Amino acid sequence: MTTTTLTKKDILLESLGQLNFTNEPDFYQDLRQQALAEIENLELPTSKTEYWKYTRLGKIVNKTYQVTSGIEINIDQHLIPALDANIIVLINGLFNKSLSNIQEQEGVKVLSLSDGKERGVVIRDHFNKYTSTKSELFLALNNAYHTDGVCIHAEKNSIVEKPYHIINVTTGNQTISQSRNLFIGETNSSVKIIESFVNIEGSENFINNVSEIYVGENAQLEYNKIQNKEDESYQISTEQVYQKANSNFTINTITLDGTFVRNNLNIEVDAEGCETNLNGIYLGKDSNHIDNHTIVDHLKPNCNSNEVYKGILDNNSVGVFNGKVFVRPDAQKTNAFQQNNNILLTDDAVINSKPELEIYADDVKCSHGSTIGQLDDEAIFYLQARGVGKRSAINMMITAFAKDALGRISIEALKEYVDNKIETRFGN
Amino acid sequence: MKKVKAYTEEELEKNLENQEYKYGFTTDIESEVIPVGLNEDVVRLISSKKNEPTWLLDFRLKAFAQWQKMTEKDWAHVNYPEVDFQAISYYAAPKENVEVDWDDVDPELKATMDKLGISMDEQKALSGVAVDFVMDSVSVKTSFKEKLAELGIIFCSFSEAVQDHPDLVKQYLGSVVPATDNFYAALNSAVFSDGSFCYIPKGVRCPMELSTYFRINEANTGQFERTLLIADEGSYVSYLEGCTAPQRDENQLHAAVVELISLDNAEIKYSTVQNWYPGDKDGKGGIYNFVTKRGICHTNSKISWTQVETGSAVTWKYPSCILKGDNAIGEFFSVAVTNNHQQADTGTKMIHLGKNTKSTVISKGISAGFSNNSYRGLIQVNKNAKNARNFTQCDSLLMGDKCGAHTFPYIETKNSTAKIEHEATTSKIGEDQIFYCNQRGIDTEKAINLIVNGYCRDVLNKLPMEFAVEAQKLLEISLEGSVG
Repeated sequence: MTTTTLTKKDILLESLGQLNFTNEPDFYQDLRQQALAEIENLELPTSKTEYWKYTRLGKIVNKTYQVTSGIEINIDQHLIPALDANIIVLINGLFNKSLSNIQEQEGVKVLSLSDGKERGVVIRDHFNKYTSTKSELFLALNNAYHTDGVCIHAEKNSIVEKPYHIINVTTGNQTISQSRNLFIGETNSSVKIIESFVNIEGSENFINNVSEIYVGENAQLEYNKIQNKEDESYQISTEQVYQKANSNFTINTITLDGTFVRNNLNIEVDAEGCETNLNGIYLGKDSNHIDNHTIVDHLKPNCNSNEVYKGILDNNSVGVFNGKVFVRPDAQKTNAFQQNNNILLTDDAVINSKPELEIYADDVKCSHGSTIGQLDDEAIFYLQARGVGKRSAINMMITAFAKDALGRISIEALKEYVDNKIETRFGN
Repeated sequence: MKKVKAYTEEELEKNLENQEYKYGFTTDIESEVIPVGLNEDVVRLISSKKNEPTWLLDFRLKAFAQWQKMTEKDWAHVNYPEVDFQAISYYAAPKENVEVDWDDVDPELKATMDKLGISMDEQKALSGVAVDFVMDSVSVKTSFKEKLAELGIIFCSFSEAVQDHPDLVKQYLGSVVPATDNFYAALNSAVFSDGSFCYIPKGVRCPMELSTYFRINEANTGQFERTLLIADEGSYVSYLEGCTAPQRDENQLHAAVVELISLDNAEIKYSTVQNWYPGDKDGKGGIYNFVTKRGICHTNSKISWTQVETGSAVTWKYPSCILKGDNAIGEFFSVAVTNNHQQADTGTKMIHLGKNTKSTVISKGISAGFSNNSYRGLIQVNKNAKNARNFTQCDSLLMGDKCGAHTFPYIETKNSTAKIEHEATTSKIGEDQIFYCNQRGIDTEKAINLIVNGYCRDVLNKLPMEFAVEAQKLLEISLEGSVG
């Protein structure tokens, strides 16, 4: 057990440094060393850092965290009803075999990351490839000190029917978890993944997780991220996505609850004919702080990207949206669409929205829209005129507003699950 | 069709490249220039040369002390070599005695104005515009002063205002843009040379468009203008500002500060046409334009900014409105054109503090050549700003594949009754649009002009008549090319 304080970077490093990775192959140890060197030059972001302008880290870095493997827990309540999926459980950043239930499927390999490092040549080809160029402290911390995670490798031409459901648990008190996933979709493959982030028993747990996603030629990959962390818990989460030609990547980020949630989604579209869908819903309540930063980097021509993020902020919650679309000089004929809609339910709720476009090519169609407002009075009146009570009319409208962004979820059971969550929250 | 397309892309680009700056000339008048460099003594010297009262000197010294502690920020989407503040002379005044009759004015100076197309006589006769002509920092001639004085309107150079109306200046100077607001505002506060001052008394509707022409003339003199405009309760004024500078190879720095105060029920319309020397087609030379413009709106008042920006090598400018009073209205209409290696990072800030405040932002960017054109805006709705309303539209038009168009909107809302809409689009002129015009016998060049003009119409419509004509001419210079 290691005790760490994040207030000063040095103390943090000293304590995390006690984690032992010496039984790993040299290749991976070298990567950790490189990340450590990078950390030396990085500082904790402050409000002066543009990338962290609206999100203060004070709440999470003023604590002493420990690294624990966690206790025996029951995950039943976090399963998605009626979902036929392979279950993979991570507890405090470690792979839990006994709680997981993985059936062999043809054309796909599922391993814990540490097993993968021992055995997989493919993993070596992809691991750390899409993260090393970004100098961001929390990413570098994960690079250097990640414990374990899931590696899903869909082989060439394999259409994987059954989705994978990863339940990423934090438990205990003031625990720090640094899980690391690697998803590889080879040429012509298709795979669907769900990852739920939950907090079971205990509070003030901090998870700093990273997923690297590679989508090969003509491949399809759908990643659904469900954040439903009750109690006091913190999350900084980063996805690094790399897309090859004619691939299709979809990510749905559903934030239902979380004291502090920061999502960094970076998508590099490095070949022609790609399609990228980024959808998100964030429902803030109490003093939640939910921050979504997305970057779609179009490097090559003839690609489409669609982004829709919807936020409903209640009580004194704070929402942050920062979407960035780059269109590089070569990326002609890019269509990029970005939309962010927000509803504030109280005067104590805050939203900071910053949709950005940076365009260096001329033959493109790019647009973004951002709105902040309330429900349409006339629509509510319309419903009232037809005998619907005002309260239900409002709830109906809010539900409809949020569900708008669910269209890209292709797993029916999951869609229903999220639907229900929204309805229990705002329904009658 | 293919042929037409080739013409659009390449020919136009070529034309744009070869477009030389029309207004590049230098007036040969002896100026009194103080040696280059900046230190506390220079600040004192400027102040004493202008015979300023102690409170103003203190204001300058305080700003200077702060400025020394500040560093230039690099968040804007522009790149330029570091400015050497010690290589600039901070004061230049024409040597000849300027307190003379119009007839006695140096003929060369008159010629300058003629070339600018704002010949005093003509202006007087035709448009009824009172021009406060600023040539390298000292006001040369202010016309229509008497006529305005009858209504109690004060419209004079800043230095005159300091001497004649010290109370007004003292009360409002630095009240909207504090001396330490940002790096360049602090620099301006320390060394500003002259500028314009305007006061509209209670309930007076200014009968004519007030106008001032800035023109950087002396080589190596950064110009630090200061404009202070106060519209007292229930008054109205429309103020025009136009700027041109002679062609020079060294980069010249312009760091102006404009403060507008719109008291209860008052309305200010502030229009700018800026076509300073943008540098040649290789990006050599040109003006650095780092301007802080901000207005404060009290209850039921309105401030409207309209700008047409076609010049300057680097532009960094965010005319803003603080909507302090209830029912205040802020507007921002902008056309920014960048060509060759020009860089512009411009936009607005609308700070909603009062109830039922409204703001509208329309920004049209056109980038060509190797230029970069960014919109950066902030819409902030504070907790007590009930029923605040904002509509923002920023469109970018790209001409050529080497230029860039960027949008960085910041939207911060702390009130649930706020309604905020933001939309932005980026595209190029559609081939189908040009084809449509070609079909009807309009050649490609004219078609582009037509489309660009239509694209900017929302903004050009907001300009006063006199300026709209000039603005259209400027768009032509920037985009039409030499053919046709």
